[in-house]
Amino acid sequence: MSNISGNQMGGFGSLKEEAMTRLSKSSIGGFLARQGILVAFAFFIIGFTIANERFLDPDNIMGVVRSSAILGVMALGVTFVVISGNLDLSVGSMMSFSTIVVLDLHDKIGPTLAIPAMFAMTLCLGAIIGFLVGYLKLNSLIVTLGMLSAIHGLTLTYSGGKNMDISDKEGTWFGVFGQGDLLGIPVPILLFALLAAFLGMVLAKTPFGRKVYAVGGNGVAATFSGIPRARVVFTCYLMSALCVATAGLIQASRSLGSQNTVGQGLELEVLAAVILGGASLLGGSGTIFKTVIGVLILGFIQNGLLLVGLQFYVQYVVTWIIIILAVWLDIAAKRGKLWSQIA
Amino acid sequence: MTEQTPALRLEGIVKTFPGVRALDNVSFSVMPGEVHALMGENGAGKSTLMKVLGGIYQPEEGRIVVGEESVVMTSPLEAKSKGIVFIHQELSLAEELSVAENIYLGELPRKRFGLVDWDRLYAQTDEILQKLKVGFDARTRVGDLSIANQQMVEIARALTVDAKAVIFDEPTASLTDAEKVVLFDVIADLQSHGVGIIYISHRMEEIFKITDRISVLRDGQYRGTLTTAETNEDEVTQLMIGRKLDLRRNVSHHELGGVAIEVRNLSCGDLFHDVSFKVRRGEVVGFYGLVGAGRTEIAETLFGLREPSAGTILLDGEETVIHSPIDAIAKGISLVPEDRKGQGLVLGMNCRDNMTLPQIDDLKAGPFVAEGSEIAIFDQYRDRLDIRTPGWKQQVGNLSGGNQQKIVIGKWLSMHPNVLIVDEPTRGIDVGSKSEIHNLIRELAAQGYAVIVISSEMPEVLHVSDRIVAMYSGRIMCTFTSEEVTEDNLIQAISGITTDTAA
Repeated sequence: MSNISGNQMGGFGSLKEEAMTRLSKSSIGGFLARQGILVAFAFFIIGFTIANERFLDPDNIMGVVRSSAILGVMALGVTFVVISGNLDLSVGSMMSFSTIVVLDLHDKIGPTLAIPAMFAMTLCLGAIIGFLVGYLKLNSLIVTLGMLSAIHGLTLTYSGGKNMDISDKEGTWFGVFGQGDLLGIPVPILLFALLAAFLGMVLAKTPFGRKVYAVGGNGVAATFSGIPRARVVFTCYLMSALCVATAGLIQASRSLGSQNTVGQGLELEVLAAVILGGASLLGGSGTIFKTVIGVLILGFIQNGLLLVGLQFYVQYVVTWIIIILAVWLDIAAKRGKLWSQIA
Repeated sequence: MTEQTPALRLEGIVKTFPGVRALDNVSFSVMPGEVHALMGENGAGKSTLMKVLGGIYQPEEGRIVVGEESVVMTSPLEAKSKGIVFIHQELSLAEELSVAENIYLGELPRKRFGLVDWDRLYAQTDEILQKLKVGFDARTRVGDLSIANQQMVEIARALTVDAKAVIFDEPTASLTDAEKVVLFDVIADLQSHGVGIIYISHRMEEIFKITDRISVLRDGQYRGTLTTAETNEDEVTQLMIGRKLDLRRNVSHHELGGVAIEVRNLSCGDLFHDVSFKVRRGEVVGFYGLVGAGRTEIAETLFGLREPSAGTILLDGEETVIHSPIDAIAKGISLVPEDRKGQGLVLGMNCRDNMTLPQIDDLKAGPFVAEGSEIAIFDQYRDRLDIRTPGWKQQVGNLSGGNQQKIVIGKWLSMHPNVLIVDEPTRGIDVGSKSEIHNLIRELAAQGYAVIVISSEMPEVLHVSDRIVAMYSGRIMCTFTSEEVTEDNLIQAISGITTDTAA
């Protein structure tokens, strides 16, 4: 019944008082709260290296980056959605959809047409979500959770439940996106890097990027400043779909065949990477650079677990633990303490 | 005067944060049955002092004495059990629960098997509510109550404990004048039962109406206690800010230009009806009325946030329809909204980004934001409005209320609007910044802006307006010029007493 909380009493947010709160955060708990992820990551690295010296091998590192590329590309788009104050849980099943569609169309209309057709179809799915969340202002958790299931159904209907394979695996150039090298760099990594650089610029340097931060930071104030909130949210979902389509392209090209469930569960890993990078689930903060860091941390931890000799399936549990840890530290960093009775 | 034991006494309280001495040897006491104002500019240490009193912060030195007993406040619960009760500026009620549940939350009366004894709960609650003479009962859902009535629920909650001292933190910030009267009655009632009251407010007229003594903090230091009956506003202000303040009715007039905005017979559902007025360039028109009189809704309609159900809007003599805020901004209308933190600013963004937000699409170098132009705009308005911030990178959430409001004003001035609407421009802002903002509004008029000021504070409306529009229940009752207006006829108009309309 006692309702004296720091926020309520802090009705007079003055410079000086804020300075005090910030300074008072310089305790060990406060340090952990702010840098906890990096501290935890350092411990992981040290532990893995002791357990298996191959962990820091350049080949292993390259392998981790390469296998993180698909997840990373998807995380770039989700970063926009999360900064705008929304969620996207549909990216995993949407990636399955893109992969299946592009493989199917490859044989029907050839790769040159299949790729743009797949991008167009995936963007349509993104537009539907963007319309529902942006213009109709429906809760993004519900919309994208529903889409996760709906798109999965769509994919299965499309493929008739069968796996999809390219018939002539030897005779197509389609494998270049997943298996090719350019100047010694694997194409998936190149695509990830280029997309990260491009989207990083969009987010950090363009008026649109600024609007994404404003809409996620305070949607009402953004509206009162003449920012078209609905259009910004809509565009963020289009960006997410664009990234998903790219990820689907890499996935399809890498294996030239796929199951219907290839992207299943990726939505949580993507979200974990984005949060790990420090984007707040409340919206308004995060950067592309940080997301890339988050993707790499997640990749190295999963790789480390395998090298240490744990079963592959353990990583599902670990991913969950990492999400919880990241969300906890996000809140803790805001209040400057790991635990607090108030707020 | 006989020696009495204070209800609450603070002695030599020292609280430091790394690098800052937030409270420097602060002492003061509240006698039983006394209303004691605690004043000071934002950042003077009032909040910190209250947090010490509420058990949130532990002081390094000094002690707190309740009655005869020296206590150590370790938690908010502890404070409450000692009879120290806080009524917060921002309310902390569960909107979905009933009034009774909110009041007895955590200590609901029980029957056997731990079931809630609803009959007893409602009976107890209604008894308290009767004492407060409120117009709602124990079963009402709190979310259905007005802000003022929600505050009454908080007060009712305070009455369930044996309060020695009650702290009111800006209680009238969102109350109408009529609601204030009820609040002051309740305070007088508490007073007559020997409760000591600490009253924190920026509003001088209230302080002088209801308090017995005034204690002033400045920069974390106790600056002295004045007896209200023996002092005046100037003396208190000087103690608070160390300089004189200018508080008078507007007498300056500028050369007026053409009619920048005209509204004819505008209505919007049940919110306001048949509203007509004109604002000329160089003119400040004040809209005065009770909360809920429809003033903010008119502003929101002019800014494209609401669709009018009837009537027309003319800009520079041309009839126009305003579809959205984007449209309003394009047509030269700017709105400094009522809720600074909720509507005016993105608190997590920096000063510069907030200021340039509405024109971000126009500040481009190729595809990118021209950050140099942005900084130039920020610097220009920081200097012009005297915004005190370490730099443009500072998060807006870290600034004081006055500086935050200046950022919002700067944001709109940099758009060079034809019509500037400011809704409650100085709510929750300290005295110094308040008068700066008032002067600024007059200056803007002098520069040829058409300005609409919406305010619930009469001194503010009197101080800045060339003409004052009095609203009551969604209608314009009267329009006064600043020469003819008197406090009495203004109060009558906004209470719906007179209906004669001046031109």
